[in-house]
Amino acid sequence: MKRRDFLKGALAGGAMLASGSPAQARPNKTMPPEAVGLLYDSTLCIGCKACVAACKESNGMPPEFSTAEQYWDTPLDISGKTLNVIKMYKEGSGEIKDSEKNGYAFMKVSCLHCVDPSCVSACPVSAMTKDPVNGIVSYDKGACIGCRYCVAACPFGVPRFQYDRPFPQITKCQLCTHRMKEGKYAACAYVCPTGATLFGKVSDLHAEAKRRLALKPGDDTEFPRGNLNTHDQSSFPAKAAKYLPQIYGEKELGGTQMLKLSAVHFEKLGMPTLPERSYAATSETMQHTLYGGLVLPLVFLGGLTYIAKRNVKNYGDDEKE
Amino acid sequence: MSATHNHPAPAPLGGPLVTPVTITLAILVAIAFVILGIRFVLGIGAVTNVSDGYPFGIWIAYDVVIGSAFACGGYSLALLVYIFNKGEYHPMVRPALLASMFGYTLAGASVIFDLGRYWNTWHIFWPGYAQVNSVMFEVAVCITAYIVVMMIEFSPAFLEKFGFKDIHKKLNKVLFLIIALGVLLPSMHQSSLGSLIVVFGNQIHPLWQTIMLPLLFLMTAVMIGFAIVIFESCLSSSGFKRPLELHLLTGLSRLMTGLLAAYLVVRVGDLAVRGALGFMFEPSIEAFMFWVEMGLFAAPLVLLWQPAARQKPARLFVAAFCLLFAGFFLRINAFLVGYETGAGWHYFPAVPEIMVSVGLIALEILGYIVLVRYLPILPKEEQI
Repeated sequence: MKRRDFLKGALAGGAMLASGSPAQARPNKTMPPEAVGLLYDSTLCIGCKACVAACKESNGMPPEFSTAEQYWDTPLDISGKTLNVIKMYKEGSGEIKDSEKNGYAFMKVSCLHCVDPSCVSACPVSAMTKDPVNGIVSYDKGACIGCRYCVAACPFGVPRFQYDRPFPQITKCQLCTHRMKEGKYAACAYVCPTGATLFGKVSDLHAEAKRRLALKPGDDTEFPRGNLNTHDQSSFPAKAAKYLPQIYGEKELGGTQMLKLSAVHFEKLGMPTLPERSYAATSETMQHTLYGGLVLPLVFLGGLTYIAKRNVKNYGDDEKE
Repeated sequence: MSATHNHPAPAPLGGPLVTPVTITLAILVAIAFVILGIRFVLGIGAVTNVSDGYPFGIWIAYDVVIGSAFACGGYSLALLVYIFNKGEYHPMVRPALLASMFGYTLAGASVIFDLGRYWNTWHIFWPGYAQVNSVMFEVAVCITAYIVVMMIEFSPAFLEKFGFKDIHKKLNKVLFLIIALGVLLPSMHQSSLGSLIVVFGNQIHPLWQTIMLPLLFLMTAVMIGFAIVIFESCLSSSGFKRPLELHLLTGLSRLMTGLLAAYLVVRVGDLAVRGALGFMFEPSIEAFMFWVEMGLFAAPLVLLWQPAARQKPARLFVAAFCLLFAGFFLRINAFLVGYETGAGWHYFPAVPEIMVSVGLIALEILGYIVLVRYLPILPKEEQI
């Protein structure tokens, strides 16, 4: 191979590296067949934090204090000790519920169980996995190396790490997978008094969300509580709020298994505006273009070996000493 | 690598090992080890300022991402000598390779300090655990493989010292393959160190988030490789009181300047294509740091644009220094300054955290001094 040919080849390779081949583009992953999740309706949430307490108890997580008197669990954010919190938005006098001006609103912060999760794509050791059937994103501490690439990658800031421990773990909501084995469902939805957090199949939760968005503000309606699919609890009668015409989690990064409704803009509640293409798809398309089947590296290595073999002779590197 | 017909053979420098410089370096290394002891007993948070908002601190952004880039001298010279057939640089390969081997080994080993569950590290290489879609998997495997390759490349220095002629002869028969791997692997992981943050999506500021990150990181790694060789040659010639190989440095700086011009075209072109040029004019810390970064990239281009300027050692040194800092800021900006994961999170490294990175640098310099005095690495001076 002449050096000119090599340069041509290198340039062609470089162009492939740079442009990526659309044929290999990895599309967003799709919703698993039996995906389960949560529907969180900010307008129904009364900020009682029963879900926070139930989550702590059910997952055996320690209390976390944010006040001088350490009387009870008062987490301000999810952390290595807390998998679920309710945060509050407040503006002006903070008197009117679900009003952006002079009002307040709540937001549940916990794992959204993305359809195409960044954490699963990032994890180098398969410690973060997405169940192919129910779609729950789980964490395996036995596999984890504690690199925190998942913590850094998650666009919702969900996986957390225990910086204060010599043998730390990643912590995140796993939708109470351990309770499902006992025929139960997510503790947060189980204890929610108003149905603001509702458990169910994502397809049914989506239909329920659509139903709510179709209601006129002020209409009387029944809000299911607990498990949408088994109707294990009586429903909660209330008036429909003035919803934003958006289901958060329907399209964000290819969708999430946690859907959210609100009357206050999601950005104000700490939920970022995100594109429809998942970052995992972008990253993996790039990686597969460069390293798919190790084709490019092997071609590159072949060229390098040929040239190196010829040039090494010139310098006497391979001569006998 | 060994003696050639045209160049003086490498030989041990000799000289004292215990000097004020080496003692100072050893103290810095000891301090770092004490801090790491605390880290392994009390957790990473006890000695660093990393948090869930900034889970990667300088132990990743500096020790690994920048540390390995600064260790690209061996890569850049191997590319030049063995692939582009520039034989005149051959005497510089071995000292550069030593610095690279040290830099990479420490960059790779220092990852352990940052891994929360370090006892599971082997999972990265184990089928069943290894997750091939992860950019970090690719980086970890390629860096580890490259460290092994460099040790093999470098082994002639040891084999000469201890007189293992047979192994040396066998090794020489496959040296071309080792050399080819020694060019391929850094090309892969230096670009992937940029790819690492593509999955961070909108958490990386648009001045740095681009699908071109692998190309930007690769081009700057090669340039940093040239810059570090120039930088180390200048330091080593003054430190060990040896003549400067000026004609070689001049040639290197010419290549470096050409590559730098190409890089700036790609960098600005990418910003233009993505419509991100406007972000550099916003009144933000990101925009300010972008200008610092770009100023440091532009400075060597201005300093070395005239061929005559490349003959001046002081100017070469300053230009190389600027380019090293430019590469430093590209990586710090992309990984830390341009990273924003939500309101309320801040990061600046803690003093013990910095002291660990300082200790690593000290260990690198100390190791280099000891080895060049003890092993045949630097070309023997003709007047001796």
